[in-house]
Amino acid sequence: MILGRAKFVVFLLASLAVAGCASKQIEEGAGLAGSAAPGSPQDFVVNVGDRVFFETDQTELTAQGRSTLDKQAQWLQQYNRYAFTIQGHADERGTREYNIALGARRAQSVREYLAARGVAPTRMRTISYGKERPVAVCDDISCWSQNRRAVTVLNAGGQS
Amino acid sequence: MVSVTGFAPRFARAAPTVVDINQGNFKPVPIAIPPFVPVTAEDAGVASEITQVITNNLRRSGLFAPIDPAAYIQKITDVDAVPQFDSWKVINAQALITGRVRREGSRVKADFRLWDVLAGQQLTGQQYNTTAENTRRLAHIISDAAYTRITGENGYFDSRVVFVDETGSKDKRVKRLAIMDQDGFGVRYLTRGDDLVLTPRFSPTTQEITYMSYGASDPRVYLLNIETGQREIVGNFPGMTFSPRFSPDGQRVIMSLAQGRNSNLFIMDLRSKSTTRLTDTPAIDTAPSFAPDGSRICFESDRGGSQQIYVMGGSGGAAQRISFGEGSYSTPVWSPKGDYIAFTKLGGGRFSIGIMKPDGSGERILTEGFHNEGPTFCPNGRVIMFFREAGGSGGPSLFTVDVSGRNEQRVQTPAFGSDPAWSPLLS
Repeated sequence: MILGRAKFVVFLLASLAVAGCASKQIEEGAGLAGSAAPGSPQDFVVNVGDRVFFETDQTELTAQGRSTLDKQAQWLQQYNRYAFTIQGHADERGTREYNIALGARRAQSVREYLAARGVAPTRMRTISYGKERPVAVCDDISCWSQNRRAVTVLNAGGQS
Repeated sequence: MVSVTGFAPRFARAAPTVVDINQGNFKPVPIAIPPFVPVTAEDAGVASEITQVITNNLRRSGLFAPIDPAAYIQKITDVDAVPQFDSWKVINAQALITGRVRREGSRVKADFRLWDVLAGQQLTGQQYNTTAENTRRLAHIISDAAYTRITGENGYFDSRVVFVDETGSKDKRVKRLAIMDQDGFGVRYLTRGDDLVLTPRFSPTTQEITYMSYGASDPRVYLLNIETGQREIVGNFPGMTFSPRFSPDGQRVIMSLAQGRNSNLFIMDLRSKSTTRLTDTPAIDTAPSFAPDGSRICFESDRGGSQQIYVMGGSGGAAQRISFGEGSYSTPVWSPKGDYIAFTKLGGGRFSIGIMKPDGSGERILTEGFHNEGPTFCPNGRVIMFFREAGGSGGPSLFTVDVSGRNEQRVQTPAFGSDPAWSPLLS
């Protein structure tokens, strides 16, 4: 199961790079894998995972999402100098206004989960981008599933 | 801006409306629009532009079929003389527009007459006087006068559309508010693209726009005066506000507020700044739109499990679901006459634009495809504009379709375009 997921992630990064549509964070992460300093934002992105994905029109966390957030919570408590923003996103297969609300709900799902794992709510901010900021651009499910996401973004100002 | 003088119809009898555009077997009215007569050679450019604008307006409406000028037999040189009706009958024209243009300093004067070719009489005649920069508006006003006289319905050509101009790749899209005439001309940008902007909507006075913008803090609903450029945040809400729309009196803005997992509807009085909660559900309530008399509000909600359209009173209260077809429904917008609610319908991986009566009956799909979204009515309710995405790495375009489902046409914009909102008539 873990091996399978690792393979999937590797494939995802490769295909994103070829398609030229990887987010900046993923590209940086890929280049720095293995050399990220513990406690650095790169460490968070590469070794913890900064994002969780959602099923179509769903805002409940998946088992994989909860696993990622468990690791996020642990890391964020270890490196508690960071404040962070949870960005909620939707895929393009919905209407604009609804997707804004849907993204807000996804961000809130992550916020509530991290808070329940002991991360101080005062460190968290949420924002929804609806369908406005896709990371993967194509017109099939392989892209839409990457865009239905919530991304935990460490605030640069939070580093001491 | 444009002053109007009525022409005594010199040759008129009391004339009925020429055609019934609501008949099922309606055919576009063949109309001849010979070039407006320039009084001096210098006026030729303006005369030609006015003729073109009128011709394009009437053709695009789908209710008129302008006849190819190559077929014209009579050359109109004297607008005050009765046309040779037989020569227009021969080429099957039912209606004829003649006009004359002259410039006086910075002003433009135009006369126009609309003729019923078969009855051999003048239907209407007007003289307009405006400044040169309003030449296209003058042509839109003439187009409306002809449209109204022949169809018996108010026109919609003297109106504008605010929309979101989109440039750049899909994952780094830059969005700017833009405004243009309803025919796609005269595009002007209202924001610079620094902040992500969405869902602009006109005030009934046409002088202000409410929209959603991202900025330094939470995304918010804003007001923008399109003449002065003055911008302000609407209200002081504890969270993201989005999906705004004006009340029919223009004094209030209705919108969604996201709190926790839910989004509910609120309304703010722009003068007193007082805010009122209209819905209180553990759901996503958004895309509110008032009935034109203000007595009711339609909106979308997933309170029943999927997005559906609901209607409630103008000050909130119990809401009735009105959409019951296959799939889900969103972005409801009430028509200017109050007779329809237009919507986006999602089903089977397809996005359609449709209309239904406010009680949910009489649903009619006007266009269907991979992705159509965000209908807005023209001022007389006859035409709906929306945006369409073809999928892939491209971007959205604006389209219009008649409420009958006929006459779908693309609206040209300089770049990608989305989130159109049609203004009321400007005059």
